[in-house]
Amino acid sequence: MENNASSGRKKDLLFIGLGVLFAAVFFASFLLGRYSVSPFTALKILGSELLRCLSFGAFSPDGGWTGAEYSVVINIRLPRIVIAALVGAALSTAGASYQGIFRNPMVSPDLLGASTGAGFGAALAILLSFGYFGITVSAFLFGLLAVMLAYLVSKMSRLNSTLSMVLAGVMIGSLFSSLTSFIKYVADTEEQLPAITYWLMGSLSSSKKQDMLFALVPIVVGLVPLMLLRWRLNLLTISEAEARSLGINTKRLRLVVIICATLVTSASVAVSGMIGWVGLVIPHFSRMIFGYDYKRVIPASILLGGTFLMIVDNIARLISTAEIPLGILTSFVGAPVFIYLILEGGAAREH
Amino acid sequence: MSINVKNISFTYNEKEVLHDISFSAGSGDVVAVLGPNGVGKSTFFRCMLGFLHPQRGEILLNGQDIFSMTNAAVAREIAYIPQSSSPAFNYTVLDTVLMGMTNQIGLFSSPGPAERKTAMAALEELGIAELAGRGCNKISGGERQLMLLARSLVQKAKILIMDEPTANLDLGNSHKVMKRILSLSRQGYTVIFSTHEPNQAFQFANRVVALQNGRVLAEGKPEEALSECILSSLYASNVAVREIEVNGKVFKLAISYDEGE
Repeated sequence: MENNASSGRKKDLLFIGLGVLFAAVFFASFLLGRYSVSPFTALKILGSELLRCLSFGAFSPDGGWTGAEYSVVINIRLPRIVIAALVGAALSTAGASYQGIFRNPMVSPDLLGASTGAGFGAALAILLSFGYFGITVSAFLFGLLAVMLAYLVSKMSRLNSTLSMVLAGVMIGSLFSSLTSFIKYVADTEEQLPAITYWLMGSLSSSKKQDMLFALVPIVVGLVPLMLLRWRLNLLTISEAEARSLGINTKRLRLVVIICATLVTSASVAVSGMIGWVGLVIPHFSRMIFGYDYKRVIPASILLGGTFLMIVDNIARLISTAEIPLGILTSFVGAPVFIYLILEGGAAREH
Repeated sequence: MSINVKNISFTYNEKEVLHDISFSAGSGDVVAVLGPNGVGKSTFFRCMLGFLHPQRGEILLNGQDIFSMTNAAVAREIAYIPQSSSPAFNYTVLDTVLMGMTNQIGLFSSPGPAERKTAMAALEELGIAELAGRGCNKISGGERQLMLLARSLVQKAKILIMDEPTANLDLGNSHKVMKRILSLSRQGYTVIFSTHEPNQAFQFANRVVALQNGRVLAEGKPEEALSECILSSLYASNVAVREIEVNGKVFKLAISYDEGE
């Protein structure tokens, strides 16, 4: 008993450490880039902007910084950093949630086809010259469709569930990516094609202030229920019969979780394109640090995912003058972790 | 606290899996549902848990139709212990037991110190408190059954339905688990368990329901209901029943044999 209590305290401390790390990376990201801004100036600009927002513009302290500094911090870096944190948190939480619903630590928004489906929905919306709202809705609907299809195919398969889920996801993903290719083929080569292509690789370089709201609203709307229901997610990882006998309405809970996870995935894809692997890697690291209980896995995924993507985005914009798409960088991390999971899973079965 | 099964029949894919089954159990009863593999024991249990709706007959829980009750209401009365439980993630034993308290924890909350204390008490009662922090993939089959038993104790339901609780256990562990089950029945729990092993019915049950091809072949006290004739028919083999005395207590024992022996 004492042992459990002390390990609980240790985890609480780790959580605080994770929160501090998140805040530190968040702030440090304002200082990184070709145009240098001193920490003090950045702090002043952010503080005054916060005050201005909180007082609805009535109070706007001013002084001590140049217009260029203000523009770099508020118009260029703030949206990028906020969106990176949101998308990282969203994809990781969606990954952790999908892994619970499908009782499978190997699934993630991209492996399930959710990202590819959402990507197709967004590409279609760009082709049809929809606005931002249209892109998000279309991404959400096709993301949901892809997850449902992958789930149905894996249910009908006679293979074991881990294998069939991954294979079905890969298959549905490839179906939607060929549909996306078709869209690229018919798209106007001057404007739409480069827009779709570059956006699909995953990038935050063109993030603007108004994008923040488009990411913030659906991601928060999806994350809040997942955060509130997080302990109950544990019950979806045991067998259907056991979960029902413990008194929960599994169908309803599963549906709520699928909708929320797909909503945050689609919103991420709509605002930042396809950033793979985050949803697989981050929940895995969260479990390594905090154990399997979703009570901690979900908040840990939010903090770790946000921190991870902010760091990756900093690397993307610092490493060379021409920015490297985020999706490429996350794959460098994600693919080896996936291989490790396959090998470890094999070893676990043998013992 | 009682469960009443009245004339239920269940048909799946036009095949009648259960035919006109009736039985009831109350506080303190230990009922063995006996039969070879594939006679519909699992289907029967899924009906009693309210998961499958029989086409005919009814199941009453404390006099109320089980199919008019919500999952949560049924869970307050009946706890279910599956034959094997293999969660996708390696939860600790304590985390697994805490899941039993779902009904007592608000939709948006998670277990706190009070719940952890209750769960630890249940683990202590079953003698496996030292396993609390262990991953549930790293414990033995017997320990796993006791962990699931602890999970149903904290659920505070008074009817325990156990699907082949000792199917994967060796003789010693199987005895340990069954002894715990017996002592729970003395505390007023109703225990309904399935088994394909007649000796377990003799040794631990006060009632037996023998199923054959989805029908009740025999029902009653094990020593009366399970005659050599009934057991021979049930297992399609020659079965002899003998009495042996151990420490002044008489046990009945079923043994199968070949004609020439």
